[in-house]
Amino acid sequence: MRLRIGPAIFDLRSPFRRSVGHLAELYRDYPQGMDGEVYDFAVRARPISPLRRWVRPTIVFDADFMVEDIVPVEARLGLLGFEMAINMQMALGYRREIVFHAASAAKDDRAILIVGDSGAGKSTLSALLSYQAGWRHMGDELALLTFGPEAVLRPYPRPIGLKNESIAVMRALAPADRFGPLLTETVKGTVQHLLPPQSAISTMDEPARPALIVSPRFRASVAPEQRRMTQSEAYLRLSVASTNQLTLGEAGFETLVDLVRNVPAYDIVYGSSEDALSLVDDLWREAR
Amino acid sequence: MTPAERLYAGLADPQSLADLDAEAWNGVIRVARAEMLMGTLGTRSMGVEILPRARLLLDEAVATAQVRQAAARYELSKIAEAMRDTGIPVILLKGSAYLATGLDAVAGRNIGDQDLLVPEADLNRAETALRAHGWQPAKAKGTYDDDYYRRWMHELPPMVHETRGAVVDLHHNILPRTARLTPRPDLMFAGRVEVEHGLFVLSPEMMLLHCATHLAYDGDFLGGPRNLWDMDRLVRTFTGNEGFWDRLQMAAAAHELTAPLMRALRLAAHLYGTPSPGAMRGRTDIVDRLAIAKLYGHDAYGRQRRHGAAFALFVRGHWLRMPPLMLARHLTTKWRARRREARAAGR
Repeated sequence: MRLRIGPAIFDLRSPFRRSVGHLAELYRDYPQGMDGEVYDFAVRARPISPLRRWVRPTIVFDADFMVEDIVPVEARLGLLGFEMAINMQMALGYRREIVFHAASAAKDDRAILIVGDSGAGKSTLSALLSYQAGWRHMGDELALLTFGPEAVLRPYPRPIGLKNESIAVMRALAPADRFGPLLTETVKGTVQHLLPPQSAISTMDEPARPALIVSPRFRASVAPEQRRMTQSEAYLRLSVASTNQLTLGEAGFETLVDLVRNVPAYDIVYGSSEDALSLVDDLWREAR
Repeated sequence: MTPAERLYAGLADPQSLADLDAEAWNGVIRVARAEMLMGTLGTRSMGVEILPRARLLLDEAVATAQVRQAAARYELSKIAEAMRDTGIPVILLKGSAYLATGLDAVAGRNIGDQDLLVPEADLNRAETALRAHGWQPAKAKGTYDDDYYRRWMHELPPMVHETRGAVVDLHHNILPRTARLTPRPDLMFAGRVEVEHGLFVLSPEMMLLHCATHLAYDGDFLGGPRNLWDMDRLVRTFTGNEGFWDRLQMAAAAHELTAPLMRALRLAAHLYGTPSPGAMRGRTDIVDRLAIAKLYGHDAYGRQRRHGAAFALFVRGHWLRMPPLMLARHLTTKWRARRREARAAGR
């Protein structure tokens, strides 16, 4: 199947019916078809050996930008492999904008950029913002920043990869038909994908100007805390969080310097989703 | 036409790209990415009217290549700095050489590692100088790999810069010590040509010979389409030089590299229509046929489909590289290392 996510078109193939079914379900709101289009990236699943198509079925992936990091996965977890391979294409192969390992969300034409390591709480915060606090979801895993002094964030909305405890939190907040299959015993524990609201997908071509940068950290039952980063701290944090900024040369450097000069950046720590949302709310009001 | 055929035709005659529809482009892009030719195709096709989305992806690759070339230029200046006081002549090979000479082959090319050639007698001093300036060997001392490189190869294990991550391959010849053919570095240094920062490149005929040898003798035609494209560009650049083909023929004989040169010229003519005197191409043989099967063997996703040909060439590459007993030992060691890794990973 071929589908477009934000600015990139993907060609996805799999001989395993189950992963195809999962993909079709998770991406049902995205533009599809596009037979007469030049696509950006091919991702293809195949059995690790002919025998393994039937016996203990195991999948490996072929793609334009190599995915050796993706270890073979059991066929029932094919969806996870696809999600990883798709992300990796953008992270390694996309050069038309700066790619950050970050979540983003917008209110009107202004956006918040949420950076942090895997497991820091990006996905959960981003799901809360869109399903509880009324933000427009722009992406939970990768954020795209155009070049130049007036740089804007382009949406790259993907199914939000919820892990373990955050699944139950979001089940209480989002409609049941927005959830993908429950995937148990993965390397990251239990994973379930949450489709962003349909409005986030239908507006995925509308960019927003970054107005606030936060780096969240969830720590069970601590008091909420915030700390403003210096510009150089913010630069370093973002540069490290980017998968391609250093390979974009001067344009990548200048754009990021402009961003940290003009947009305030904070570290935030919280112990509950209420605290997280109220912290973001306060900072957002200040940032205006 | 297969995607690979379209790619090679597009490089040789960019105007042919104007006729490609989206599905044809999708195949061409996969093969070009797999063969590291996207940036080259991007620069070759400038000014040709092609589908806008194809242009977008090609421009992306060209921009990436430009940034990497700028970084490579900087690395060259740092290498020159490290080597300046040693008095050792340093010859740049392959991509670095094309970059330093501004040859046509460099357009859109991704330049990664820096390949350097120094006289074997100066190898240790050159390594010491590079280490003093931050390049450290990537393989730990005393391991099989490190030992293998130092005893049998024509280069030291890759050296990686401790802060910039840039990689230098330090060579003392262009083929392994164990190879059946033995080119002569002394002649390479005698014919060297000075470029920027007091660094050198090979003479034009030696540069072409090295490219041919790398492709047709050393290894299994991995990266063949890119190497042959370099061949094509070098031939077309040098063919106008007075007496070039005579000098090339003499150099090939002196280095015992006539056979690989002829094969590379045959294959370049096949892929890109590269011109050369008929007498310097000789006759097609079975290895040519296998190589052609591999060079055109991509599916629409850029993956190799001619596994038989690829395997036969892999065997040939190792056969040429080292004597049989040594090959057996090498493959056993590598196989056991892989078993160990697999067991450690629980497979």
